Amino acid sequence: METRIHKYKQGDKYIVLDVNSGGVHLADEMIFNMLDHIRPEPNADNLGITAEELAEKLPRYDKEEIAECLAELEQLYKDKCLFSEDEYRQFADKTLNAPIKAMCLHVSHDCNLRCEYCFAETGDFGTGRKLMPAEVGKKAIDFLIEKSFGRENLEVDFFGGEPLMAWDTVTATVDYARSIEKQHGKNFRFTITTNGMLLDDEKIEYINREMSNCVLSLDGRKEVNDRIRFTPNHKGSYDLIVPKFKKLVEGRTKEGRTDYYIRGTFTKYNLDFANDILHFADLGFRELSVEPVVTDENFPYALTEEDLPAIYKEYDRLYEIMEKNPGKFNFFHFKIDLNQGPCAIKRLRGCGCGNEYVAVTPDGDIFPCHQFVGMEQWKMGNIFDGNVDKSIKDYFAKTHIYSKKGCSDCWARFYCSGGCNANSFRYEGDVQIPNKLACKLQQKRIECGIALGCGQ
Amino acid sequence: MKHIKTVNKANLKETAAKGGCGKCQTSCQSACKTSCTVANQTCEANK
Repeated sequence: METRIHKYKQGDKYIVLDVNSGGVHLADEMIFNMLDHIRPEPNADNLGITAEELAEKLPRYDKEEIAECLAELEQLYKDKCLFSEDEYRQFADKTLNAPIKAMCLHVSHDCNLRCEYCFAETGDFGTGRKLMPAEVGKKAIDFLIEKSFGRENLEVDFFGGEPLMAWDTVTATVDYARSIEKQHGKNFRFTITTNGMLLDDEKIEYINREMSNCVLSLDGRKEVNDRIRFTPNHKGSYDLIVPKFKKLVEGRTKEGRTDYYIRGTFTKYNLDFANDILHFADLGFRELSVEPVVTDENFPYALTEEDLPAIYKEYDRLYEIMEKNPGKFNFFHFKIDLNQGPCAIKRLRGCGCGNEYVAVTPDGDIFPCHQFVGMEQWKMGNIFDGNVDKSIKDYFAKTHIYSKKGCSDCWARFYCSGGCNANSFRYEGDVQIPNKLACKLQQKRIECGIALGCGQ
Repeated sequence: MKHIKTVNKANLKETAAKGGCGKCQTSCQSACKTSCTVANQTCEANK
């Protein structure tokens, strides 16, 4: 039977999540414990247990209070916000033939850092160092306009390697898109993911004018960052980058904008990563994202199952800090809007990789997402011939929480939406088998995020 | 209620009926790039 509720304790809160309605309830300890003994049959008229039966199982509680609690639970059940049914399978294939609306543009398969954990194999994705010519960037814009029928908002992320190494292509592509977006009824939203090494005043001004979001890569404290993010001649990058990031962020925040992220990666080397998040806050940054390294477990910095207790403890510590200091900073992975989040349809398949979202290499080759780049078996075509491999696109359109192994039994399915397809393929050998370590970390973050949402 | 309080709208089912418009941001474009985090996206149809 699929999971219908998830109950857990976070700090001093007893939280009950009704998985299928998204209902979040704060319970007292008695009701929280009573729920261990309640498991209604699917579509039953009531919870299937009496107050007397519960009193026998829980003799430490007063019988009248048990009856009172059970009445409250029966009411929630009748209101369909407790033990509600999963009725979304009928929508699972709704994005078949969906337009492509987002693109990760690999303007540079080269990088000026040599970060030890880089999934792009120090920038070139194992395909040779090269920069995207401006004509490829412009053609990618034409391709996206053509393939995005019915969609107004189009997203293009400048990615790499390091995209600032191909700055002329970035500006030529943005300027071209701006010159034609209105005539096609489109609204381009550009974003950039950069290590900041080549930022200068001119680029900062351009980015702050044209980019609706920017992701700024930095791992935290100087010693943490410089141990793993260094230049080709092995010098740490922290001192070179931090002043530039501060300048860029100040340019945005003085206009009241919050559309940036300082994005770090934590590894086995800094399992006390909450200190890195606090370091960012001390530097004056407010929009923060620090996430676990994704890599082969044989590397010394890789996270493994044995690290889970320490990571859970650190997420709990971060939760406590944020609970006590609301508004001090935002942490991307704890950010869950319990009322205005994405619709259920969106939650069935998450990122849209290979279907609504693709990556384009410097040569114009199309892959399902940035993490599939370089895996030839997943190549979907080239923007210059305009065709997209329909079998691969349909495969991803049909990849959702009901197709993936274990997801329909997992309480977190409407929050992670089945996890990262590329991670599944890379580390489990199958897009349809979610990476177990990633699942456990994601579940913990979701628990913390929901708990923080309860306090808002 | 005395023993359990609902803190949100619990309206996921309602969103299924009129959802899927595709206006919202693609999750991986925001700040993760290596992990799928969907629930922190916002619905743009409600803006």
